[in-house]
Amino acid sequence: MKKKTVSRPARSWQLILYVIDQTPKSQLAYANLKMVCENHLKGRYHIKVIDLEKHPQLAKGAQILAIPTVVRRLPNPVRTIIGNLSDTDRLLVGLDLRASV
Amino acid sequence: MKHKGARITPRANGLPKCPTGIQGLDEITDGGLPRGRPTLVCGGAGCGKTLLAAEFLVHGAVMFGEPGVFMSFEESESELKANVESLGFDFAGLVRRKKIVLDYVHIEPSEIQESGEYDLEGLFVRLNHAIDSIGAKRVVMDTLEALFAGLRNEGILRAELRRLFRWLKTKGVTAVITAERGREQLTRNGLEEYVSDCVILLDHRVNDQIATRKLRVVKYRGALHGTNEFPFLIGNTGISVLPITSLGLNHKTSSARIGTGIPRLDAMLGGRGFFRGSSILLTGTPGTGKTIVAANLASAACKRGERALFFSFEESPSQIIRNMQTIGLHLDPFVKRGLLRFHSARPSLYGLEMHLATMFKEITAFRPQVVVVDPVTSLMDSGTHSECRAMVTRLVDYLKARQVTTLFTSLTQGGHALQQSEASMSSLMDSWLLLQDFEGNGERNRVLYVLKARGMSHSNQVREFLISKRGVDVVDAYIGASGVLTGSARAAQEALEKAAVLASQQEGARRKRELGRKRTMLERQINGLRSDYETEALELRRIDQQVGTRSIVLSTERAASGRLRRADATVAARSR
Repeated sequence: MKKKTVSRPARSWQLILYVIDQTPKSQLAYANLKMVCENHLKGRYHIKVIDLEKHPQLAKGAQILAIPTVVRRLPNPVRTIIGNLSDTDRLLVGLDLRASV
Repeated sequence: MKHKGARITPRANGLPKCPTGIQGLDEITDGGLPRGRPTLVCGGAGCGKTLLAAEFLVHGAVMFGEPGVFMSFEESESELKANVESLGFDFAGLVRRKKIVLDYVHIEPSEIQESGEYDLEGLFVRLNHAIDSIGAKRVVMDTLEALFAGLRNEGILRAELRRLFRWLKTKGVTAVITAERGREQLTRNGLEEYVSDCVILLDHRVNDQIATRKLRVVKYRGALHGTNEFPFLIGNTGISVLPITSLGLNHKTSSARIGTGIPRLDAMLGGRGFFRGSSILLTGTPGTGKTIVAANLASAACKRGERALFFSFEESPSQIIRNMQTIGLHLDPFVKRGLLRFHSARPSLYGLEMHLATMFKEITAFRPQVVVVDPVTSLMDSGTHSECRAMVTRLVDYLKARQVTTLFTSLTQGGHALQQSEASMSSLMDSWLLLQDFEGNGERNRVLYVLKARGMSHSNQVREFLISKRGVDVVDAYIGASGVLTGSARAAQEALEKAAVLASQQEGARRKRELGRKRTMLERQINGLRSDYETEALELRRIDQQVGTRSIVLSTERAASGRLRRADATVAARSR
């Protein structure tokens, strides 16, 4: 799951995908996210998947409400995208990779 | 924990209840909210939804040993703590001791982008984790409707909410969900369709510039509940609901009597004053001395070592104390010894139910034996007639149940001695004293009489009520040809009677003097006569003596002549 380019840390993207259990829904979200990242951020991103079933205490601090949720920790500012990420246009807007839908 | 609910609520075959610990609310709902089910609390902005929910949690944690989760969608944790703690609850302490978990769900629509389908499993996980971390039995979600503002996909949201309420039920927690009041439905987003067990509506309305909060249990499936609107208020110790109709007529009565502090008034009331625990109405026109009678009653109680609570809606405590000092009634020492407490407030300060609750609070805290409400009519300004009557009923019932003797003074307009409001109020009262102005001879005087006194023989006489530097006194009023004589007319009558007595006394003295004079005159006459007599007797004796002397002289002369005439004359003289 780790794709991090050490040479350019300032431009690295840190994404956290919050899911619950390895359901088809969460797998779909991961696949969608991965696809977008590969297309737009190749070699500059890092996706961390957190399973809230195993770490429920993390939900509160991260203000997780909907599942699945992607949180862009870096670069600033923090961005939140919810859903199975099947709407690529909205995902790109959410990640600030495109100005609007 | 379900068995505990069954223990708390006495209903054998009803729903298990979860007591809220909120004063009055458990009475209305006959034990509390439905245990293990969600309850919807809806109302407009600022009507106390969050507070009710918070109190439900705090009381649960403190009084019933049921930890709770507070999930806030609007206020942050620090805001919430500050708000709840301003009402005297140690929210932060409860959080520290793991009795309450706070979870602030921050939703910022502008920061969230939606892409594809999602569910609210994250919320479930958070809630579940919070519940399990402290073994919570109670859950508050305030205000769930924030989700509607934060999430755009309403279809998903509604489905998830339905799932959430089902999930809460299976979790077995008693939940309170707050919601904004909608225009045509109970809540803005129709949350009531998911919560079918219990719906409580809070309202905040303004009448004549006085705001009143009302609570109504709109729906309570499978249980008895009061359907009325109940006034409630948010005081400095939280919410209290005032179930006006909930008290019955089953208080104990006492046959003990207590003095009024005015001996002649006691005498008018069968000689021993009022019954303990009775309610007394004292009606009077302005300036007839109602407060003075009330203060006397309070001071008499304090003299017996009892506690007296004085609710004043006209004067400040210091003003009452000063004014009573001028008639020789010193209340200050009683205040210092903690036997007498004043509670002064302007009637228009807040709504009727707030007054009532404040009074309840004071009474509960001070536990007085005597309570004075001076005057109860001032409170009438802060509510409608029926509300006031309900309030006085409630107050009377409450005080009677506590065996507190209460004196309500009632101000009537000049001219009309008995207004309708008093007539209706008097049915609640055991005794009714009337103070009245009596105008005549260019002056005003006060009279007092006992209109009714349940269960005791009482005087039917109109008495004059005197206020002087030495205190108050009740004196007989004269009944003259033109009616009751009071004031200077009574004084004149008294003077007249005094004059008559004086006159007869003087007459007697005069007669006595005359008799004495007569006697001395007689005695003098007797003396004169006696001296006359004695003079005459003396004369007589003198004459006698003269006669004797003359005869001696005669015989002497005769003897001498006989001697001269020879011896035979001597013989004759010797034979005599």
